[in-house]
Amino acid sequence: MKIKQTFAIKGMHCASCVYTNEKALKAIPGVTDAAVNLASGKATLTTDSKVEKNKISDAIKSVGYQAMFESEESLDEKIKTEKIKELKNLRIKVFVSLSLGAIIVWGSFPGIMNFAPEIFKNFNFQFVLATVVQFWAGRDLYQAAISSLRHRIANMDTLVVIGTTVAFIYSTFVTFFPKFFMDLGIEVMPYFDVSTVIIGLILLGRYLEAQAKAGTGEAIKKLIGLQAKTARIIRNKKEIDISINEVVVGDLIRVRPGEKIPVDGVIVEGESAIDESMVTGESMPSTKYKGDTVIGATMNRSGSFIYKATKVGKDTLLSQIIKLVEEAQGSKAPIQRLADIISSYFVPIVIMLAIGTFVGWYVFGSSPIFVHAMLRAISVLIIACPCAMGLATPTAIMVGTGIGAQHGILIKDAESLETAHKVNTIIFDKTGTLTKGKPEVTDVISNIKNKNDLIQLVASIEKNSEHPLGEAIVKKAEEKKLVLSKVEGFKSITGQGVEGMVSGKKVYVGKLLATDKYDDGEKLKDQGKTVVYVYINSKLSGLIAIADTIKESSLEAILSLNKMGIETVMITGDNEATARAIGEKLGIKKVLAEVMPQDKEREVKKFQKEGKIVAMVGDGINDAPALAAANIGIAMGSGTDVAIEAAGITLVNKNLQSVTSAIKLSKQTMRTIKLNLFWAFAYNVVLIPVAIIGLISPILASGAMAFSSISVVTNSLFLKKANI
Amino acid sequence: MDKIIVFIFGLLSILFTYWFFFMKKINTVQAEGTINILVDGGYKPERISIPYGQTTKLIFERKDSSACLEDVIIADFKVRKFLPLNEKTEIEINPNKKGEFDFSCGMGMFHGKLIVE
Repeated sequence: MKIKQTFAIKGMHCASCVYTNEKALKAIPGVTDAAVNLASGKATLTTDSKVEKNKISDAIKSVGYQAMFESEESLDEKIKTEKIKELKNLRIKVFVSLSLGAIIVWGSFPGIMNFAPEIFKNFNFQFVLATVVQFWAGRDLYQAAISSLRHRIANMDTLVVIGTTVAFIYSTFVTFFPKFFMDLGIEVMPYFDVSTVIIGLILLGRYLEAQAKAGTGEAIKKLIGLQAKTARIIRNKKEIDISINEVVVGDLIRVRPGEKIPVDGVIVEGESAIDESMVTGESMPSTKYKGDTVIGATMNRSGSFIYKATKVGKDTLLSQIIKLVEEAQGSKAPIQRLADIISSYFVPIVIMLAIGTFVGWYVFGSSPIFVHAMLRAISVLIIACPCAMGLATPTAIMVGTGIGAQHGILIKDAESLETAHKVNTIIFDKTGTLTKGKPEVTDVISNIKNKNDLIQLVASIEKNSEHPLGEAIVKKAEEKKLVLSKVEGFKSITGQGVEGMVSGKKVYVGKLLATDKYDDGEKLKDQGKTVVYVYINSKLSGLIAIADTIKESSLEAILSLNKMGIETVMITGDNEATARAIGEKLGIKKVLAEVMPQDKEREVKKFQKEGKIVAMVGDGINDAPALAAANIGIAMGSGTDVAIEAAGITLVNKNLQSVTSAIKLSKQTMRTIKLNLFWAFAYNVVLIPVAIIGLISPILASGAMAFSSISVVTNSLFLKKANI
Repeated sequence: MDKIIVFIFGLLSILFTYWFFFMKKINTVQAEGTINILVDGGYKPERISIPYGQTTKLIFERKDSSACLEDVIIADFKVRKFLPLNEKTEIEINPNKKGEFDFSCGMGMFHGKLIVE
């Protein structure tokens, strides 16, 4: 019988690709026919017996393409199915063991047992119920305990298994050999309630913990879920929908209103308002035109456009973000180290303490000494909760880094998250960080009637120069929709300015001529602006001031940081006057001007020598050494690349308020971690001695234990409500 | 009399517990390119030596259904990975720093070591 196998081929763009691939596929032993379709990008093999995937992959790879198989089940789905199964299983076991436990308690607890049906009081009946709980519901506990004992490791399960087994075996002996105990003067009283209820409560604790834990990884699942499934690409002038995995760099993609943008790219036709909040955390939609970058997984709101894919697969911004968050969640915070060391010695020490408790109560305790000693030792085993210590830090880090990503704050590792809360000085690079990094026309003063005429004349001249200041003026004219005129006799006078004939007028734009004076110009210069003067037919006719403008978010950010008691510093290569003017506007008291890029690192170190914990905020391009030298480097996002090595925190959006949010997030996460650790340690430090001196029954102990680890996870989940 | 027996027996049990859990000898296994690690009540092998600079595939196979072991964390290499039950999960490590690095389960109860030399 013939078998057909279908899969996609990535990288095909012409008819000859089809031929090459078909030839390569037909060469695989066992393949009788191979048909490759260029439009759909799919290949169908007809074979005698199933050909292994790696053989197909190798054949396709050998000719320079890539075979893509529909994955049978993604890892995520696998985890989900496994978790659902596990939870369902646990639920049944919790229900059965607590129900059977309740029957036994009813039949054996002094007071309420008087109202119990006779059969519930029967020890043999209790034995049967307890056996079901011990070996059916508790089967996983035994399996885990035994396999770790084989490695000479003890964990939570070991404690529960030892504790409940002792209670169960003792009770079984009492049930079947009551005479032996009577002869010893011990009351014939089994403790099946202890073994069953403990197992029931421990399993209940696990069930609730597993549910809560699933919530800690939610952010990353949401990010993965953002990915578009298909893309509408234009090939050979036809529009076809293909799977996102098959999109290659250079593909032209059509996006209609209301559709998700599949991969990263650059607009080649059309314009639209795009909502990027899901990826960058930036709440306002931004309008994008031809030549602008679009980010995959963001939402196209209004227009229809065509763009060219520049980054696909694992290179897209979203994939980079997911990878970064995953890595951060895999890292360890320094604060966790102590908890790690303690938890690795914890369980064996608890076992030794339990043995000690038994011996102590047996030797010094009151009658019935054996029963008392046994129950107290069981309490010690059951109440100890190493899980809470192990969960305290990682669950909070997972939630914290996840929230960060949702707000466009990417944290490189747990250590960076921990350091950020200690920061007391933040140094901002000026250009591109506090300011937009692009000069803009800020003031136009005109001595001729119409201001726009002045701009029109100057822009016409400047269109011919390649000076960045000129560009700013041309942009201003474009914004005002002014039509530029033709220029004759354009001349650039080095160190002075430019001149030419526009509409019959001789126009000069540049420095003020030595004979003239212009007070307004001086005032603007004092504000740190660059001023160009305009002469029309040799008469001083006005001026245009140009400056790198401050980002709207800078003011708020500096204000809130100052309020938080964090010292803000601006560092720039600009001259003292310009730097001071901008610093004053922003409310930054400390301004370091005329610092060459290579000296920024030294300035950072100076602050550190004064004992300051320094965060450096920059664009990560020319200030990488300073970012790396700081206690924590914060890089402002640049387009679709977020993998900035030197930065501990990367901000995907250009909103400076994210710096404040990052510090707040770090503070809140650390508070959660500290509370968790305090709770986990205090719980064990207080309750283990309480159990040793016999003030807590084994059943209560199991309730406390279950509660303790759930409370830690729940506390971490509260972080989601954090106001950052 | 019985109290003396319980006392001596208890003391011996404590010593045995100490010896059993804290004084075990762990053999180091040399990884050459790839190494299979069985996850069943712990990690087998527990100590793995990796040559410096050589990218190594750690293939974890979880046979233990306990939820404790479902995640493996290699913090120094920023790895946190879910290990599906009864399946092989590959983790590639690029050992660009020398030293001993801990790997553990999600709650830090089970530990193993990577030795890069």
